[in-house]
Amino acid sequence: MEKPDMFDEMLGADGVRHPYSAYHNWFEAQDAGRLAKKHKEAEAFFRRTGITFNVYGQSEAQERLIPFDLVPRIMSNREWTKLAKGIEQRVTALNAFLHDIYNRQEILRAGRIPKELISRNEAFLPQMMGMTPPGGVFTHIVGTDIVRTGEDEFFVLEDNARTPSGVSYMLENRETMLQMFPELFSKIKVQAVSNYPQALRQSLSACAPKTCDGKPNVAVLTPGIYNSAYYEHSFLADQMGAHLVEGHDLRVVDGHIAMRTTRGYKRVDVIYRRVDDEYLDPLTFNPSSMLGVPGIMDVYRAGNVTIANAPGTGVADDKAIYSYMPDIIEFYTGEKAILKNVETYRCSEPDSLQYVLDNLADLVVKEVHGSGGYGMLVGPAASKKEIAAFREKLKKKPSAYIAQPTLSLSTVPIFVKKGLAPRHVDLRPFALVSPQGVNITPGGLTRVALKAGSLVVNSSQGGGTKDTWVLED
Amino acid sequence: MLGKTAGGLYWMFRFLERAENTARLIEAGFRMALTRSSDASSEWQSVLQTAGVRKYYDANHEDYDAASVVNFLLRDPKNPSAVLTITKQARDNARLVRTALTTEVWTAVNDNWMTMTDLLKRPVREVDLPDVLATIRQQSALVRGAMYGTMLRNDIYDFSRLGTHIERADNTARILDVKYYTLLPASASVGGRLDNKQWETILRSVSAHRSFGWLDEGDMTATSVTQFLILDLRLPRSLAFSVGQIVENLNYLADEYGDERESHRMARALYGELKGRDIADIFDQGLHEFLTDFISRNNALGGQIERDYRFVG
Repeated sequence: MEKPDMFDEMLGADGVRHPYSAYHNWFEAQDAGRLAKKHKEAEAFFRRTGITFNVYGQSEAQERLIPFDLVPRIMSNREWTKLAKGIEQRVTALNAFLHDIYNRQEILRAGRIPKELISRNEAFLPQMMGMTPPGGVFTHIVGTDIVRTGEDEFFVLEDNARTPSGVSYMLENRETMLQMFPELFSKIKVQAVSNYPQALRQSLSACAPKTCDGKPNVAVLTPGIYNSAYYEHSFLADQMGAHLVEGHDLRVVDGHIAMRTTRGYKRVDVIYRRVDDEYLDPLTFNPSSMLGVPGIMDVYRAGNVTIANAPGTGVADDKAIYSYMPDIIEFYTGEKAILKNVETYRCSEPDSLQYVLDNLADLVVKEVHGSGGYGMLVGPAASKKEIAAFREKLKKKPSAYIAQPTLSLSTVPIFVKKGLAPRHVDLRPFALVSPQGVNITPGGLTRVALKAGSLVVNSSQGGGTKDTWVLED
Repeated sequence: MLGKTAGGLYWMFRFLERAENTARLIEAGFRMALTRSSDASSEWQSVLQTAGVRKYYDANHEDYDAASVVNFLLRDPKNPSAVLTITKQARDNARLVRTALTTEVWTAVNDNWMTMTDLLKRPVREVDLPDVLATIRQQSALVRGAMYGTMLRNDIYDFSRLGTHIERADNTARILDVKYYTLLPASASVGGRLDNKQWETILRSVSAHRSFGWLDEGDMTATSVTQFLILDLRLPRSLAFSVGQIVENLNYLADEYGDERESHRMARALYGELKGRDIADIFDQGLHEFLTDFISRNNALGGQIERDYRFVG
């Protein structure tokens, strides 16, 4: 492999890093032609199984594959354990924060974060004030985006407390690897991820409303087959043994949510919704929504149904809130944050804004409410013209932006014609939160920028995925 | 089971059945047109009529030539029942009910869609037609095989089978109705090869040409062909067989759910019109009248099943 110029997780300064040694030996012994064939097979498998995502804004609803790379991303158990501790601390703080924001707002009273960050936050829902959701959990499923820059340097890039997606790829990637290279898994002991659907079901069930007696009826609420993540919705419902419902399958019956079955209406206790807040209840939010359930918020407020994640959790996904996460963690847990935040300049603050404007060419500038890699400026990769245009946007509405230094993200090799080539990666582990505790599946989804040098890993912009291994011991 | 899921299964199998039937119709029509080129145009017209899409065709075409009709039936977006369109609809429904299907069935339906999308990307040339039609039938056999071999025999299976047989009964009845005048005993007296050809086409349209030869002791007459397609319980595409299956699957549902609904009564009544009936009796009633009545009752039964089991809210 060509020599990587940044921290490469396989090829370190002193040769192959320890977690990769067994894999690297195996790889060296492989025939490149056979691997290329396997690569094709994997793609055919994804297509046949229908593991696709839809792309919006094209004439026909097109289905695309997220490219899969067959070289796993590997972590030692020691590396992972530290990460997992950090994530657990973070999601615990996030839940405490959300509960506080929608109840006593102690953190605002204490002056630890500015009130405007909440009052002007588009994701803040006044309808949630005074709510303690069943089980006391606001964000049941969290995807924490993590990047690495060195041997011991991990940073959280963002918290996805609203509706993190991608977990089906974590599961299918492993399934594919098991099918393609069974011999690898007998040589190298990798911690399993396959328990995730059962863990999800247990975690959701543990948050069922108090009024539910017996086994909770769990449903996954999807916007429907044309949604870009529909595959994931049906996959999770299938794997959990839950019903996959759309808004029009549900209605309020006697103060509960019920689904229309072939035998009449049947009560639903827990709804894992993959529909945005805005569309959840046309009576409370967007009145033109066809995706939601009229009256569900009343049932929810009465404590008769669990909605996961709770409405209004998007507050915590805001990138301005993100910049306060170290304070938030300390405020609620009394501990220092285990995982580092990326240094963040809030453009709403005049000094920071000036710094950002002076250093645009070196910074990454993001929209506070943005996601999916859209609407951002990657300074080092942008042309002078792009920078100039962005400068004007930024000056017009500074509070809509934050800026961060460009991190030299770690690379992991991908399989190309010539063998291996380093590409930048990030990692999204998935954490499940219930009154019984926090459950984090070892590994997560590794996204990889397939273009050499690119830092954008989003699937909507040419990113791919890798299987993520956490070794046993 | 969700009402929507029951509906998705039902329609998924209706669309699959329809695609397969369309392939058969084209095959029979093509053979007819080959052997009787003088009358090809009227043959294609009756194919369009049987498929129930003539008005869509007439809105955009003036001639009834093989290439235009075949491509219209296979892949024209202006035809709501084009094989390509309904294969996609079958697959959309399969995605909708993905959690109710085994991986094998889902993969077969998805493969079917991928194969058809590829096969029907461009207009089909006459030389490729036999291959294309064979592939359509082969693909639906694969779905059926996966279904038969892997699905639990519960309500999921019952709603799927109901979709198949409602569609099939409708299809066979339409084939007969479009050609009923050639089947009237009066026309049999005309005799001659011409009418035999018509009957043969009808039999081929339901893949029953060879089975007829195997089973029937007598000649191919209007009465024997009609009797075979309407009343013979051994023929899996006869009206009696299809309705018998509908009754059976509804009975399974009644066992599983512990109650009977209006559709049970309607299905049994419809079966009563067929079981043990004499073909002469049907001719007395008037074949056309009988078939029109059957088609509308079969339709109404389908609608009743949708209501009884809450396919839509």
